[in-house]
Amino acid sequence: MLRAAPFLTLALMLGPVIAGLAGTLLPAAGYVPALGGTSVSLEPVRALLAQPGLATSVLLSLFTGLAATLGAFVIVMLFTAAFEGTRMFRGVKTLLSPLLSVPHAAAAFGLAFLIAPSGWAMRLVSPWANGMTRPPDVLIIGDPHGLAMTFGLMAKEIPFLFLMVLAALPQTKSLAARRVATGLGYAPVAGWLKVVLPRVYPQIRLPVFAVLAYATSVVDVALILGPTTPAPLAVRLVAWMNDPDLSFRFMASAGALLQLAISLGAIGLWIVGERLAIHVGRRWTDGGGRRFADRWVALAAGAGMAALIGALLLGLCVLCLWSLAGPWRFPDALPAHLSFDNWLRHLGAISEAVGVTLSIALPVTALAVVLALACLEGETRKGRALRHRTLPLLYVPLIVPQIAFLFGLQILFLLCGLHDTLLAVALSHLVFVLPYVFLALSDPWRAADPRYGHVATALGAPPDRVFWRVRLPLALRATATAAALGIAVSVAQYLPTLLIGGGRFASVTTEAVALAAGGNRRLIAIYALLQMALPFLAFALAALVPGVAFRARRDLQPST
Amino acid sequence: MTEALPLPADTPAGLRFQDVRIARAGQPLIALDAHIAPGDVLTVMGPSGVGKSTLLAYAAGFLDSVFQASGAVLVDGTDVTRLAAHERHMGLLFQDPLLFPHLSVGGNLAFALPPRLRGRAARKAAIAAALAEVGLAGLEKRDPATLSGGQKARVALMRVLVSAPRALLLDEPFSKLDTALRGQIRDLVFEMARARGLPVLLVTHDAADAQAAAGAIVEIAPA
Repeated sequence: MLRAAPFLTLALMLGPVIAGLAGTLLPAAGYVPALGGTSVSLEPVRALLAQPGLATSVLLSLFTGLAATLGAFVIVMLFTAAFEGTRMFRGVKTLLSPLLSVPHAAAAFGLAFLIAPSGWAMRLVSPWANGMTRPPDVLIIGDPHGLAMTFGLMAKEIPFLFLMVLAALPQTKSLAARRVATGLGYAPVAGWLKVVLPRVYPQIRLPVFAVLAYATSVVDVALILGPTTPAPLAVRLVAWMNDPDLSFRFMASAGALLQLAISLGAIGLWIVGERLAIHVGRRWTDGGGRRFADRWVALAAGAGMAALIGALLLGLCVLCLWSLAGPWRFPDALPAHLSFDNWLRHLGAISEAVGVTLSIALPVTALAVVLALACLEGETRKGRALRHRTLPLLYVPLIVPQIAFLFGLQILFLLCGLHDTLLAVALSHLVFVLPYVFLALSDPWRAADPRYGHVATALGAPPDRVFWRVRLPLALRATATAAALGIAVSVAQYLPTLLIGGGRFASVTTEAVALAAGGNRRLIAIYALLQMALPFLAFALAALVPGVAFRARRDLQPST
Repeated sequence: MTEALPLPADTPAGLRFQDVRIARAGQPLIALDAHIAPGDVLTVMGPSGVGKSTLLAYAAGFLDSVFQASGAVLVDGTDVTRLAAHERHMGLLFQDPLLFPHLSVGGNLAFALPPRLRGRAARKAAIAAALAEVGLAGLEKRDPATLSGGQKARVALMRVLVSAPRALLLDEPFSKLDTALRGQIRDLVFEMARARGLPVLLVTHDAADAQAAAGAIVEIAPA
């Protein structure tokens, strides 16, 4: 079992990606006998290129994704440079950790309810400040340039990048390096950018690529905040894929390959930017400049961080309000009254969606945790970490755009009769849950003191006993956190649930996004809150269980 | 102090390092050919980084795969080098007590107590006796994190001893204790080992440890 675990893990994680890509390639070339395509042709590509507004869709996907990633990256880097080690920095850290588990769709809904013309922000300043008694007739949500979408993606990626930086900082001895730089007369931001960034960046590079790939191919956020005339490419692909006219699928597959090219192209552009930044950065470092407009950078980064976190948090507040709202006319700042009527009225549908969501998330997470533990325990017994060779492989499912291989995977499941089954949906979720669970578990596992295992072994405990009685209990907190992350990842999946499940499995996420086009804010708010509540509950349990299990053991209580 | 060690070839009892050589990437690191009689202490001395701990890891069965080793370690005449680490019953003590933080003091000892001692009452009695032997009677239920440094060291010692080891391997086990405590724990360890007739291999860089061990000393020079 332990010997097979790494192979099984890789097969379950990469198999669907590779098979799915192949399954996308064939229909893109016109070859799917089941759908009447028996000869290889360029017809799907031609049909794709003939679609009106294709170039606009492509540019939208590329530039909203690049801008959102770059914006989030710059804010996180400059904020860390200016504030690391301060009380504000620690405050932001405690605020952002729970926000990481908020699914993209929920964050996007919150933002939409906040900044829309009839949104909360406008209600709060109307009519006393601007004299408005009806919402202004402007396009904020779904603006043709995708600004709202970019802003939403940026706000949601900041917690992720920030926590990745936090994880990387201790290994770079950043505070000591900063002290040395300060001693040499460097202002905080300049010093950090010159001595810490070059060591932090290599460690967050793959996560940045994952963000880029995600942001350039996102569907749920684009459906909620993005433009519609035309929509970003990924949104149009899903519409074609779900078109009753099956012949659209050939074109959709060709489009999925175009999407792959866009996401990889964005990463390529980013790498070009890296080279430029390294070149400029070296010259700047060699020049010995001691400042980098430190005061202004601190001000701008602080303001940017505050604005985005504030928007996320206010968005969540307004979701709570809407889910409980009775009549709420514009421009009232608050609903006329609050009650649980909305929740009670939809209780049946709600509990069904929660049931579907958990029936996917729980077994998938359990399997992912078992596989990750088996891989890590096998590695410990062999006494050698495979870290460097396997790490990039873990990121493959996170870097290849979902849509590029889910189309093919859907067709493959169709061919082997697994289409529209819970098993198929679970397998597709596993592709994304496994890497996150593994990444969350591997660092604490490998950082554990190996001598505990040695002592136990020397006392005569066989390997299995050492695992169950010593290594696993000591890693219980990390395991619980990894499991909570797995649940959060599974709950947030929109595209795999929709495409692989053939629309048959209404999870809280697919329900929420499906409601986006309609105007029922109360119902949307309920589903968006459920989307948040499930991961949040999982993390709360993960924090609670080890604390209770080891309540009498001081060294196993969470520090501070 | 580097004269030839007595090697009573006719008495196999004790711990024997038979022409043990450890190399790293082809570079010889450390070599030892010695016999430690039951109740005796052999001290291996040298500065840090010469591979003293590697020697212990080899004997206990935890040698990292970057090292290559030849020779054999025999306990009472049987070659343990071919046994799995958990079948060697080499008692290990590190500079940290490494009490399992998720188990109580009694739980730590119960983990070590061989399963052949059957019956809850008998096992509890054995644990109580072990704790009493080092002046810690009645501390079974305590969280190891609440013990003092000296108490932790004594629990760690008893945890090794109740597992019925065939030899003791000590990896600088006193170096993190303060001076007053140090002599006390050191004497306790050697006294217990002698009373149980255990051969002891002590690895240290502290001359005072070596002296207190009152046994043969092997000096390892940096390669």
